[in-house]
Amino acid sequence: MQSRKDQLLGLALVSPSILAVLIFVYGFIAWSGRVSLSQWKGLMPDYTWAGLQNYIGLFTDPRFRIDIRNTVVFTVLFVGGCLVLGLTLAILLDQGLRGEGFFRSLYLFPMAISFIVTGVVWRWLMNPAQGSRISGLNLIFDQLGLDFLINKWHTTPEWGIAFIAIPAIWQMSGYTMALYLGGLRAIPESLREAARVDGASEFAMYRRIILPLLSPITLSAMIILGHISLKVFDLIVAVAGKQIPLDVPAIYMWTTTFDGNFYGRGASIGILLLLSVAVLVIPYLRYTLKNEAEL
Amino acid sequence: MTAIQSRKRYFFYIPLVLMAIFYLIPIYIMLVTGFKSFAEVDLQTMWRLPQGIHFDNFVEAFTKLAPHLWNSIKLVIPAAIISSILGSLNGFVLARWKFPGADVIFPVLLFGMFIPYQSILIPLVQFMREINLYGGVWGLVLTHVIYGIPITTLTFRNYYATVPKELIESAKIDGASMMRTYFYILLPLSLPSFVVVLIWQFTSAWNDFLFAVVLTSPENWPITVALNNMAGSQIIAWNVQMAGSFIAAVPTLLVYIFLGRYFLRGLMSGALKG
Repeated sequence: MQSRKDQLLGLALVSPSILAVLIFVYGFIAWSGRVSLSQWKGLMPDYTWAGLQNYIGLFTDPRFRIDIRNTVVFTVLFVGGCLVLGLTLAILLDQGLRGEGFFRSLYLFPMAISFIVTGVVWRWLMNPAQGSRISGLNLIFDQLGLDFLINKWHTTPEWGIAFIAIPAIWQMSGYTMALYLGGLRAIPESLREAARVDGASEFAMYRRIILPLLSPITLSAMIILGHISLKVFDLIVAVAGKQIPLDVPAIYMWTTTFDGNFYGRGASIGILLLLSVAVLVIPYLRYTLKNEAEL
Repeated sequence: MTAIQSRKRYFFYIPLVLMAIFYLIPIYIMLVTGFKSFAEVDLQTMWRLPQGIHFDNFVEAFTKLAPHLWNSIKLVIPAAIISSILGSLNGFVLARWKFPGADVIFPVLLFGMFIPYQSILIPLVQFMREINLYGGVWGLVLTHVIYGIPITTLTFRNYYATVPKELIESAKIDGASMMRTYFYILLPLSLPSFVVVLIWQFTSAWNDFLFAVVLTSPENWPITVALNNMAGSQIIAWNVQMAGSFIAAVPTLLVYIFLGRYFLRGLMSGALKG
């Protein structure tokens, strides 16, 4: 048992931080919620009640429809790409090859770099110019005779957003690999041995035993990557600036609020983003915390 | 060891090397472009190695970005240090002391790590205006410290929870107060956690764009905002942008190269922040 003095001291130490989180996270969310229900347009705050008008407006707004569609396309490709690549690399690295540590560090380093740097470099790698002004990856494809790969990248009509997934996968697939590698290392060798003794091929062993055992990792990775994907913002801005064909909710929120002064609408996009992240993250946190409590 | 024959295992290197090339392409292009002379720079020959080492691009990018690099440094150092100290104290109290409501605080903090900051951005700007920190670096420091509380607290808390109870108990029997226990026993033990959290906060503040672009005025822009602005302008050549990107990436890359072990641990322990 702690002394009373220690308890008071403990309380004094943590309460400012907890208070700060309560105010700056939860209080500010409530405040945003209130703004989203207001008519606030322009520089001066205006809390005149507007009901759900901002939300209704968004769902009939063609730009917001593009945003949702872009988010879905981007999420499917980005999460799918990271999972496939991450798992493949993890399995390859788990074979006990020489140089494993080197490859692992190499695949993971993009995590240390900002999305802005990644975006600026990929903007030039994905240069859409063709013909005599061809450059970037298109130039390599041209010189290697892989002309069928030459394309307009993020400036492709309608599907430009799909190409934004490439730098995003470049940045986050190493992280996914590290998650999977951790999972693979936790599987006892005896299990694999048992499968081999029973005559299972390597492939069958991975499909029937290893993959199912990795499914909690897949779930975590999907949730972590999925919530990053819902928030994607700086990468797109750095690759392409603010363009409607590549618009996503986070960019719409930014431009409509701080360029257009439509605060009410901006706040409602923020709240919708929060809800979509919450739907993904809260069940996951409950599950993780429950498991931790049982340990 | 797997049962696959060693000869077959060589084939595993093919995809591994191909992927290594994929991850290195952006680094290659940044460096190759950076070291070319202005005369050599041409989009049509962008993949070629430079003829000799020139610093034109780096010098040009550095002169343009220097004030913003300095802003980033002024932002990142206090943000990382204050965050770590706060996180350590919070983590210590939460790990050692079961007070009423402790079970609620944990998930409440955890969720704070995941929120999309768009959902607090408008109040944050209003608040910073109110307390006159809008536009400057200190407002950004405060922002990183506050929104870093969940991850730093949880990282330390998880670490302190692994310290054997007996160690604390024996200190208590010897009559040490809570703070003495913290300073003389737990703090020295948790130096590795300090490195983890310092690196984590350093990296996320250095790489942040959203808070910076919304909260700072142009003269206080950190490197990410300045670099993005450079990339969006028509006046600054792409080769200078490449050199600038490299300059912006160097600090966090160095941290990764030299302290990668801790960087990874931060990545995995907090497992979870984006």
